[in-house]
Amino acid sequence: MIEAEHLSKRYGERMAVDDVSFCVRPGLVTGFLGPNGAGKSTTMRLILGLDRPTSGRVTVNGRAYAEHGAPLAEVGALLEARAVHNGRSARNHLLALAATHGIGVRRVDDVIDLVGLTEVARKRVKTFSLGMGQRLGIAAALLADPATVVLDEPVNGLDPEGVRWIRNLLRGLASEGRTVLVSSHLMSEMALTADHLLIVGRGRVLADVSMAEFMRNASRNIVRVRTPEATRLSGLLAGPDVTVEPVAEAVRGLRVQGVTAEQIGDIACAHGIALHELAAEEVSLEDAFMALTADSVEFRGGAATPDPSRISPEMARSTS
Amino acid sequence: MTAATLTRPPASEPALPRPVDVQPVSWTRVLRSEWIKLRSLRSTVITLVLTVLGMVGLAMIAGGAMNSRWVHLDPFDRTPGALTQHLLGVVFLGQLAIGVLGVLFATSEYAHGMIRATLAAVPRRLPVLWAKAVAFAAVAFTVSLAATLASFLAGMAMLGSHGVALGAPGVWRAIIGAAAYLTVVGLMGLGLGFVLRSTAGAISSLFGLLLVLPALVAALPQNWQDHISRYLPMAAGQAVYTLAPEGASMGPWTGFALFCGYAAAAIALAAVSLRYRDA
Repeated sequence: MIEAEHLSKRYGERMAVDDVSFCVRPGLVTGFLGPNGAGKSTTMRLILGLDRPTSGRVTVNGRAYAEHGAPLAEVGALLEARAVHNGRSARNHLLALAATHGIGVRRVDDVIDLVGLTEVARKRVKTFSLGMGQRLGIAAALLADPATVVLDEPVNGLDPEGVRWIRNLLRGLASEGRTVLVSSHLMSEMALTADHLLIVGRGRVLADVSMAEFMRNASRNIVRVRTPEATRLSGLLAGPDVTVEPVAEAVRGLRVQGVTAEQIGDIACAHGIALHELAAEEVSLEDAFMALTADSVEFRGGAATPDPSRISPEMARSTS
Repeated sequence: MTAATLTRPPASEPALPRPVDVQPVSWTRVLRSEWIKLRSLRSTVITLVLTVLGMVGLAMIAGGAMNSRWVHLDPFDRTPGALTQHLLGVVFLGQLAIGVLGVLFATSEYAHGMIRATLAAVPRRLPVLWAKAVAFAAVAFTVSLAATLASFLAGMAMLGSHGVALGAPGVWRAIIGAAAYLTVVGLMGLGLGFVLRSTAGAISSLFGLLLVLPALVAALPQNWQDHISRYLPMAAGQAVYTLAPEGASMGPWTGFALFCGYAAAAIALAAVSLRYRDA
């Protein structure tokens, strides 16, 4: 259980984390999602007491991280980028960390085996690939059998097999009743792993919502219609749960929400209206996420901006 | 890494198989951790071995040279104190190596991001500094003592019949004192490393204080120098292994105490920096 209350962190002029409150619950994989620079890594550093908050507080299982007698048994963390001396072997790295908590050699060898590094355990970390480095970081996180696991972008640099391995590992940890907080900037990855989403942008919480609810909202269907009799069709489709809006870029086009493509086709047919196009527009989770965070993206490419009108306003800031 | 180990589904085989025996963090456990870090770097071990060999080698060259020029040495340089001190000049080489290792023991944590893992394990932070200082001091003193003793013995052996025996007055104090001086140089480096967090910055500062500062003071008027020079870190520290003082210098133990004070100041700054700054 991780609880943040009005947590803020300022670096110079920039608010990296801005009055953030949330609760990460046990037994679930919570996806910590946001564009680069949203404050995910900073929040994780604050959880571990590596940085001190400008204001507010964050506790792990009821206490500040540093107040726990055996902190590694409370939170196991993999932070962004390696935290290993290159010249040391993987095993010695883990032995040094294990020693602080009186953890034995057998456990060190167990976690090395768990992450699949047994054959290279005595090689210097210098020689490791990005993926192997990630695995070593995960071994360190699991060392003291922590009740809470915090992983910053764990799938970075992993091959597809490794990505699937992480996914299963996280699901397994959560099913054992542990608290799992895993950050990512990829909605697609979270869609396969997370039960709950904590979406941040520019240091603020944009949504704290279950995966199921996020998907329900995201999959709201929109149907695109093109017809010479757009105005007449609009009138026929109108209803309490239906929104119809003209499509800006297409002549006589409509975007309809609240009625299925089949129903629109039937209505048009019944009234003798010719349809030139009738297509269901799928709004992907990725689109929904992009729309939600569109205003908080720091570095944006040219044309990749999604249309914010594609998702309903109530999706943002859905209650938990 | 075989595919079988990577894709093993946690469902059929639990992710964390055995109950894990975890103890609370304690000072001695952190010390053990730092000891593992210190001994598990090949570069550290290689540097220490080369340093000892280099010091002994230099002492032998110095001893041999003095022996062959014996008749040309002036009487002062032939005294046991001056001979001993001349051989212990190899401490100059040793302080470069020990100082750099002290700096690196702190800054490598920052350079590699290891400090995050270290402080996540020991979030109260200060035990890390104390443990590093103790582990480093123990290793540095042991190695330095071996080096100064071996340098003395090897150098005196090269002096043949002119050599000074270990039992001569002040010799043990000089040998042990030189090792202590080296250890404290390393601790000063460790402290500066934690304060500056950058290897280059901390090494320049350390040797700036030890080696450059005296040169700067030498540019001052003579009567100022007389008041300042002996209190500079290196002059104060070297008093402990000085047997044949030339000019004004501090007493061996008062000088060494002052030198330890400088190092303590560096460590104190390190403690404040480690405790209060973001990692």
